[in-house]
Amino acid sequence: MGDPAIRVEGLGKRYTIGERPGLGRRWLVDAWRPAPAGLRRDLAAMPAARSSIWALRDVSFEVGRGEVVGVVGRNGAGKSTLLKMLSRIVRPDAGSAEIHGRVGSLLEVGSGFHPELTGRDNVFLNGAILGMRKTEIVRKFDEIVAFAGVEKFIDTAVKHYSSGMYVRLAFAVAAHLEPEVLLVDEVLAVGDAAFQSKCLDRIGEVSHEGRTVLFVSHNVGAINRLCSRTLWIDDGRLKADGASDDVISRYFMAGVGLDGERAWPEGVANPDVTEFKLRAVRVRNALGDVTGVIDGRQPFAFEVVYEILEPLPYCRVGVIIETTDGVAVVAAYDSDDVRHSGPRLPGVFTGSCMVPAELLNSGRFMVSVNAGIPRVKNLVSLERVLSFEIFDVGASGIPVSEGRRRRGVIRSRFEWRLEACRETTRTESAVSGHGGAPPASRDRQ
Amino acid sequence: MTGGHPGVIEPRIVRITPLRGSLVPDLRELWEHRELLYFLVWRDIKIRYRQSLLGVGWAVLQPFMIMVVFSVLFGRVAKLPSDGIPYPVFYYSALLPWTYFASALTQSTNSLVGHQMLVKKVYFPRMILPIAGVLSGLPDLGFSFVVLLAMMLVYGMVPGVAVLLLPAFVLIATLTAMSLGLWLSSLNAMYRDIRHAIPFVVQVGMFLSPVVYPSSMVPEAWRWLYGLNPMAGAIEGFRWALLSRGAPPGPWLLVPILGLVLLLGGGVLFFRRVEGKVIDVV
Repeated sequence: MGDPAIRVEGLGKRYTIGERPGLGRRWLVDAWRPAPAGLRRDLAAMPAARSSIWALRDVSFEVGRGEVVGVVGRNGAGKSTLLKMLSRIVRPDAGSAEIHGRVGSLLEVGSGFHPELTGRDNVFLNGAILGMRKTEIVRKFDEIVAFAGVEKFIDTAVKHYSSGMYVRLAFAVAAHLEPEVLLVDEVLAVGDAAFQSKCLDRIGEVSHEGRTVLFVSHNVGAINRLCSRTLWIDDGRLKADGASDDVISRYFMAGVGLDGERAWPEGVANPDVTEFKLRAVRVRNALGDVTGVIDGRQPFAFEVVYEILEPLPYCRVGVIIETTDGVAVVAAYDSDDVRHSGPRLPGVFTGSCMVPAELLNSGRFMVSVNAGIPRVKNLVSLERVLSFEIFDVGASGIPVSEGRRRRGVIRSRFEWRLEACRETTRTESAVSGHGGAPPASRDRQ
Repeated sequence: MTGGHPGVIEPRIVRITPLRGSLVPDLRELWEHRELLYFLVWRDIKIRYRQSLLGVGWAVLQPFMIMVVFSVLFGRVAKLPSDGIPYPVFYYSALLPWTYFASALTQSTNSLVGHQMLVKKVYFPRMILPIAGVLSGLPDLGFSFVVLLAMMLVYGMVPGVAVLLLPAFVLIATLTAMSLGLWLSSLNAMYRDIRHAIPFVVQVGMFLSPVVYPSSMVPEAWRWLYGLNPMAGAIEGFRWALLSRGAPPGPWLLVPILGLVLLLGGGVLFFRRVEGKVIDVV
């Protein structure tokens, strides 16, 4: 890493909260007041200190040429602020950064798209906005259109496009940008699953072309797949910087214990929800003990304790299980059991979700909780409130082979049937001779 | 972009610091974004008359209709002097530079606020926006100019050699709109009051410029003050260059031009001063 492509030193950005009185005076008068930079900054900092927050503070890191680095963090942690500063959209309030090479930044797809213009016109306009030369756009035009799959509609105004076509065309332009340093933010949160994976593949290709990529996303699985290194930004500070799987599992497990219980004595719910309060989420083993360490050979249970404060026409409570690298395993709702649908009266309830034995493979899993009235209202939605671990004992009766964990998220024992097939010889002779074997038996091979 | 040819790229370092950096705009960077400027202007023109029946006819019709009204009201009824030029030609030849100036000023003032989504998501020299706003008025001027030439033909007027100076007066109008646009677009981002003030300013400005009357009507004692308005010189000069009537522009024109240079310089500096902060308020 002797030749960094991005060097960030002590970078910080401060935002003022709420309406600032005297905003105009500050700019019309102060903007012209000559003062040494240091003094002026002090003056600006003093009154601001009361009502401002640092969206990002003291962030330092280096990214080597050709490195692909992911950035994770909760909403509002400062990831986007970092990217906006590196893209020169907002100016930092502290520290500095240096980028070597041509920068391309993708903070959204379809910047500057105009609904009245045709697909063709928008490709040129958007390309120019992203910093492509006209000759370059002309050269790549067919490729872009083919990537988006909108050949037939390229001379139609994009206001007539379906949202999928629109997004595909927008991403296609961005995907053909060829900067030396690429800054990408969440652009993958668009399109259907197939297109998203196409986008991810494209970013993977870009990173193999030796470009430097800084990739901010909520899609931790994608980051893990594409980036060897990950930065974790929490509360405006750089909390971890290291190998992706390491940082991501730390990020996932942050503040989440293995004690098998997370409780909210006062109850918790989404803002403006008065009719429902979540009290606790627990994991219980087969003996009924609350614990985060589970023997995979035994059944266990998730417990959701909640209070209903007003009669509800319907209510669905569920848990979502994820692996530590962000792969969703299952979403289980109480409404899956028909006995529990229908109106609900006020009271405190404990919902228990019984998980059969020998379902999950060994490893760490994260539990998210969700309760709501589908299509009407989300009552509570808490991501990764709890984690538990299935310890590695193998399927019952079968010893774990030394140091080898079987692949897969689940590790169920399926029934295997075994028959000695006398048909085999018969079929072979049938093929070489005259057709005698029924087609079904041929399929079985 | 030379991304495909690594050999061509000169190593470039972008430094990002809290300091504003030089107030003088990075001309090289502006030049590198000339294609973006072109596309923004091209887009403005393309969408301006989309889905309208008359299309680009509006560019001609607007000043033309105003000309008809002026000819009747100020010409036939009020009998204002016109330096001996037929009323329709007299008014239309002034309405062209004025309409251009007014739309350029309006477009450029609204440019930063109008492109706020873009400004929040993509980096490029922000100054391109007000500049594009001004330039997108030029094609309309071109279209209505053709009509003006036709009218002159009808009245049997042929432009003389002075017509070669015509672009200079269009340039004065352009620079006036641009310097005001730089000031007003950044102010508009902070105070939307500006947007409401613009139509009023444009209206008053027209009566402070020789559109409905020749500047020879202005009392001698006030001429100097009147001449400070660069648009007065631009319009009077436009008429003179095309119609060879009225007084040729004298050295007095240098005063508003000098003022214009100061206004433009100040506008550039002011814009640079606040462009970094504008993102936090638009």
